[in-house]
Amino acid sequence: MAERSFKKEVEHLRAGAGETFTGEGILALTKALLENGVGYVGGYQGAPISHLMDVLADAQELLGELDVRFEANASEAAAAAMLAASVHYPIRGAVTFKGSVGVNVASDALANLSSSGVTGGALVIVGEDYGEGSSIMQERSHAFAMKSQFWLLDPRPNLPSIVKSVGDGFELSEASNTPVMLMVRIRGCHVTGSFECSDNQRPALTVRDALSNPQKDWNRVVLPPMSFAHEQDKINNRWPNAVKHIRDKGLNEFFGPKEGELGIICQGGMYNGVIRALQRLGLADLHGNTEIPLYCLNVTYPLVDDEVLSFVAGKKAVLMVEEGQPEFIEQSLSTLLLRADLKVKLHGKDVFPMAGEYTGQVMFDSISEFLRLNAPGLLPDKMRAPNQPPPEIPDLSKTVPIRPPGFCTGCPERPIFAGLKLAQEELGTHQISADIGCHLFAALPPFEIGGATMGYGLGPASNAAFDGGGKRRAISIIGDGGFWHNGLSSSIGNMVFNKSDSVAVIVDNYYSAATGGQDILSSRADNPTKSTQNPIPKALRGVGVEWVRHIDHTYDVGRMRDVFREALTTDYDGPKVIVASSECMLNRQRREKPLRNKAIKDGQRVEIPRFGVDEDICTGDHACIRLSGCPSLSVKHLDDPLRDDPVAAIDHTCVGCGNCGEVADAAVLCPSFYRADVVHNPTGFERWWRGVSLSVISWLQSRREARRLTFMELSS
Amino acid sequence: MNALTLPARSPDEKLQSIIKIAILAVGGQGGGVLTGWIESLARAQGYAAQATSVAGVAQRTGATIYYIEMAPMGDSMPVFSLAPTSGDVDIMIAAELMEAGRAILRGFVTPDRTTLIASTHRALAVSEKMVPGDGIANPDEVFEAARLASDQLIMFDLDRMAAENGSVISSSLFGALAGSGALPFPRAAFEDAIRASGKGVEASLRAFDAAFARAQSGSDAPETAAPPSSRPAAPRGPKAQLQAWQRLEEEAQRLSTMAVLGLQKTVAFQDVDYGREYLDRLRQFHDLCPEDAALQEAAAKYIANAMCYDDIIRVADLKTRRARFERITQEMKSGQSPLHLTEFFHPRGEEIISLLPAGLGRWIEARPRLAAWIDRRLNRGRRVRTHRLSGFVLLYALGGLRRLRRKSLRHAQEQAHLDAWQAACLDLAQRDARAATELLACRRLVKGYSDTHARGLSKFARVMTAAKLVDGRADAADWIARLREAALRDEEGSELEGAIKTIQSFAS
Repeated sequence: MAERSFKKEVEHLRAGAGETFTGEGILALTKALLENGVGYVGGYQGAPISHLMDVLADAQELLGELDVRFEANASEAAAAAMLAASVHYPIRGAVTFKGSVGVNVASDALANLSSSGVTGGALVIVGEDYGEGSSIMQERSHAFAMKSQFWLLDPRPNLPSIVKSVGDGFELSEASNTPVMLMVRIRGCHVTGSFECSDNQRPALTVRDALSNPQKDWNRVVLPPMSFAHEQDKINNRWPNAVKHIRDKGLNEFFGPKEGELGIICQGGMYNGVIRALQRLGLADLHGNTEIPLYCLNVTYPLVDDEVLSFVAGKKAVLMVEEGQPEFIEQSLSTLLLRADLKVKLHGKDVFPMAGEYTGQVMFDSISEFLRLNAPGLLPDKMRAPNQPPPEIPDLSKTVPIRPPGFCTGCPERPIFAGLKLAQEELGTHQISADIGCHLFAALPPFEIGGATMGYGLGPASNAAFDGGGKRRAISIIGDGGFWHNGLSSSIGNMVFNKSDSVAVIVDNYYSAATGGQDILSSRADNPTKSTQNPIPKALRGVGVEWVRHIDHTYDVGRMRDVFREALTTDYDGPKVIVASSECMLNRQRREKPLRNKAIKDGQRVEIPRFGVDEDICTGDHACIRLSGCPSLSVKHLDDPLRDDPVAAIDHTCVGCGNCGEVADAAVLCPSFYRADVVHNPTGFERWWRGVSLSVISWLQSRREARRLTFMELSS
Repeated sequence: MNALTLPARSPDEKLQSIIKIAILAVGGQGGGVLTGWIESLARAQGYAAQATSVAGVAQRTGATIYYIEMAPMGDSMPVFSLAPTSGDVDIMIAAELMEAGRAILRGFVTPDRTTLIASTHRALAVSEKMVPGDGIANPDEVFEAARLASDQLIMFDLDRMAAENGSVISSSLFGALAGSGALPFPRAAFEDAIRASGKGVEASLRAFDAAFARAQSGSDAPETAAPPSSRPAAPRGPKAQLQAWQRLEEEAQRLSTMAVLGLQKTVAFQDVDYGREYLDRLRQFHDLCPEDAALQEAAAKYIANAMCYDDIIRVADLKTRRARFERITQEMKSGQSPLHLTEFFHPRGEEIISLLPAGLGRWIEARPRLAAWIDRRLNRGRRVRTHRLSGFVLLYALGGLRRLRRKSLRHAQEQAHLDAWQAACLDLAQRDARAATELLACRRLVKGYSDTHARGLSKFARVMTAAKLVDGRADAADWIARLREAALRDEEGSELEGAIKTIQSFAS
């Protein structure tokens, strides 16, 4: 069950010609696939296209009606490999994953696919996670298109353009026998808007029908000498065909006057930012009508040389707006202009920053700079001589704290790292490598566990240099998502084969949690269309791990610490793998809360736990927070002039996971924590006995009050 | 370069019709819901609207940003931007105080145009919570900046307002947005947007209504917490003790308000006699420097804290009080439903030995193997269920050991520690009252239980030793304060070590 359900929205995917669709970019993409007669879809989740996978998963009924096969692929490599179906069969296929990590993982399959070439349209939808809020290294997927020679679409970020680009992509792919990558930036994925629908199309040939009539052609196999022929084919046939198609179909767009001394060339995805800057400079109106000629590359690879040259011809200066680095397009333009012997000043990364997102401010400043250098008269008076200094606002950069993501309230991974921190306090600091996933948040304060991550499923593999063991064993961390993605072979198999004397911890939270809670092989949920409940320990034993410890309740911090101690000190010198399992709390709450509320409503007896802190007992040392970092465990100042430091406090968002109590116990902290379980719909006996107990307790309390001075509580 | 000479243009006037709204929230605050409401409101009112967000892992408690643009719908769709630009935001909604600070820092709030709607409540960042001392960022700087940077300011605790109405902050933010008048839409249209979403409508509308009214009231003074009430509470108890209390209270009042609070704390901790001992200690400082209010205040505060050390008896006593049970019932909103209470204790052998009579305790301490054996027997986590009679009575009985406390080993140790520190402070006060005031405040370092307590004591001891090195210097007080602040910044005391090394470099 994914974090967000699209069951309701999916109904809009049935809309036909004459209807208007209003919603998010991701849903528009799905609708466009159906309108273009796609035969199979797949992918691997990851921001910003996780929701696309969730939409597809929730749309399986509709996909089934249209005979479209949906596969939740095991990895991006598996997804890209699935496009092999379009090599020999005239079936349109689309897969989706996150760029640029997904492209990295899938690069082997993408390279082979590009070499073989395709018959049916093959589309790779890449959610480009570049810029603010990104969770990955900042790189461009563009390089992969160039090296493997498949084509790259970068449509303007509005729903009609995105929808159109899906159809354009399939046609371009078929016209040039080449896979096409459609890149959607993170904001484009989530942008809202409307477009006019067409009817959904059943695939002309379904994958099921194709199976009855198998096709093969050994000329398409990547083996010499055919592979040499493929390279020639790319250059001599596919590329020219693609360029012709792009030009003939007008996939790139021109805006503004035909003539002009200045011009701007931009990636499609940059269009809105460019227009906004021009709007602010008085050079474009509300609807984007620009006074500066604009050449918008909805296809960023390959370039259409004669289109570029005719745009540039007669201009004095041209600005290339290309986000990220290296500036591949700008470099190609330079070559092109030099070869054509055109005298034009080319601007790009001289006025734009080489690295970083092209935010509104960057766009405004850089385009202004381009104008200042080439046509200063165009700039509004206000900019040429600003007459009013901005007001002095106090510098808050030292005040406002950074707020990196962290474990959610009640996260089952928190106690694992509390246990590991305690084990390290006993045994010393260890070499720890991490992986991709929520558990990577442990690298941040307050845990500061793990210093490097090499990629998804590669946590244990990135400790391989230390496999020989030593005075203190190396520890690696990997999530269940990473384990099934790549880790079982690349990390665990590697440990077994190399007789690794180190420790691996598999954080099993029942889902691919960081990407939004999609089911995976070891998920415990019943999933009608997928095989779940394949336990990780069984897989470990299957590949030859002998030392396996499975903890099925991570919240037992003491036990977590003990099993770490055991793994780090045992005489056994082979690979030691700890599987720490508890359900992702976000998903668990989403599943259980409605059931619980219903049970209370129906009069069933339900206990709801929550933690609290006795503020008189808390001394304000915050040792508990250094072993937790839970959002619901915070600190507050008391209304007590005798106290300086804020004390711990737990707010109403506490889900009663138990970590606070366990940590207080295992780390021998203070006795200020308590758990309060509110009993809804208690039994009659329970009520009666509570009355009896309370009256005895109350009598004892009065007895003591009568013998001493008490003061009304100071802090309230 | 031969520059072109073209006439300057001024922006299309219709561009003024674009309304740009940014929302800065902490992951999980429902920024997406609010964005959806605003968007559907705009569309229902005949506007073209576009929203976008950067979610990803930011959902996991990180800072997240949503952005909406809208303009009256004409013949064709306007071209909207997908991200806010500094200096170009009309309405900035911050769902938390420091996020408002972040918005100002990023230039999204400018005095020529921006309506800033911000909640004053805090969701503390981990970096603020984890320091051993007080790491909470200063809110006043953000209030000040908000006033200067915004055109219109609506700032109050929107989170509490939502909670009081059984809803979440998105509803009260939406109400404040409606109340601000920054959008050209009638109130009913906002309410329709909530109704159309169909979830928790009643509670959302209540929170919306409260925030609307508050925003309309026009007061832009940020609500700050009431100043700490330093008025001592009234005592209750047996008559004889009350009379004794009155005499002591009068005496304390002559010293300072803080002395009255300290007196109350020490009497509540032990008994009236203990309060008298407290005042005796204070009087020594008073006699020495009768005019130095700061010194008196520090002595009153920190000696009271030192006298009320955290032993098992105090914990058991506090855990069994009536007021505590009432407070928890109120906090958990359990009403008439039974409440089960589980307390988490992990006493070590040491804590239990220290409860024994001082002679016996010392005898055991002198025998490490015996002490270790006792520790092995006793040192384990214990869950005490105080809603049950058995658990309550156990703690009640432990709390009753208060009468025997003065004879315990712990008391002897605490008194000795207190005497030594007090003597050092008095001694220093004769030469340098300001330094003595700072040295008194170093008691703040002693806190926590078990290992944490040991670490605090060790930091305290190191500061006391280092303080001797600066004795006699004109800036001794500043150095002592610096040492204390350094010790409170991290757990291991590495900043403190650094500060001590600096002192050693010039003092030796």
